[in-house]
Amino acid sequence: MKRILKILALLVILAAVATWLATGANRAWTKTSVQVKTLDEITGIEGITYQKKFLPGVDFLAAAFGGSAVLFGASFFFRKPNNKSNQTTN
Amino acid sequence: MKLAHIIPFLSLTTAVYAAPLSFDFKDPKGVNNAIFKLDAPLESINGSASSITGTVSFDPDSPAATTGKIVVAAESLTVPNPMQKEHLHSANWLDVAKYPEISFEVKSLANVKTDANATTADATGTFTLHGVSKELTVPIKLTYLKDKLSARVPNLKGDLLVIRASFTINREDFDIQKGQYEDKVSPTIDLSLSIAGAAVAK
Repeated sequence: MKRILKILALLVILAAVATWLATGANRAWTKTSVQVKTLDEITGIEGITYQKKFLPGVDFLAAAFGGSAVLFGASFFFRKPNNKSNQTTN
Repeated sequence: MKLAHIIPFLSLTTAVYAAPLSFDFKDPKGVNNAIFKLDAPLESINGSASSITGTVSFDPDSPAATTGKIVVAAESLTVPNPMQKEHLHSANWLDVAKYPEISFEVKSLANVKTDANATTADATGTFTLHGVSKELTVPIKLTYLKDKLSARVPNLKGDLLVIRASFTINREDFDIQKGQYEDKVSPTIDLSLSIAGAAVAK
């Protein structure tokens, strides 16, 4: 169990960093929509609409590191597997 | 008096007393927008508002006589982060439930310069935000596009008027968290307006 929690903690960090990098390494807050600009050729006005898109930001990374720290910390509540029985049989 | 004499006389009086055109800024194309930027040392907030209405009276022969009112629905102010948007609309900041409109009512123009179909001027009027009204003078640009409405909205004939304005306001002038959170929320707000209105030919 101890090892599983440590591996999970590492996986959470790796997945979060990979997602953050893959979506453009947004260094602002997490966004759930992005601006899309369209040019009106008659008036020359650049219109702005919002398209739903998840862009993880620094708060997403912080939450992932926090979650990972909790998993890693929880691993210390479990003892190492006891190999004593194996030693006595040998 | 002969008819031949009356017709030129009638057309002359019509030209002299031609009424200014009334432009409606309710935009069927949905491109009208107001952009706001707050650049604080720790955080930059960029957003826009899309629900813009209003009417402007504009006379192509006398742009200096332009008057009108533009209204932005406070509820339409949007930023990409949902929590920031919630805070922005809340009672602590813009309180959009209590103050649903942001408006600018133009009363007069000064320093009017017209070149072909474009007019630049300093517009003085009443800017209302968060229930507080203040007299402001802002630089504006008016572009009159005669007979261009049909190019934008098929089956409708008429003219277009494009208004562009960029100016800065202080949020504390409008009782928005005066002196608070200035490291994260800039005390100055840069506003940029790009809107087109239509005057349908009768």
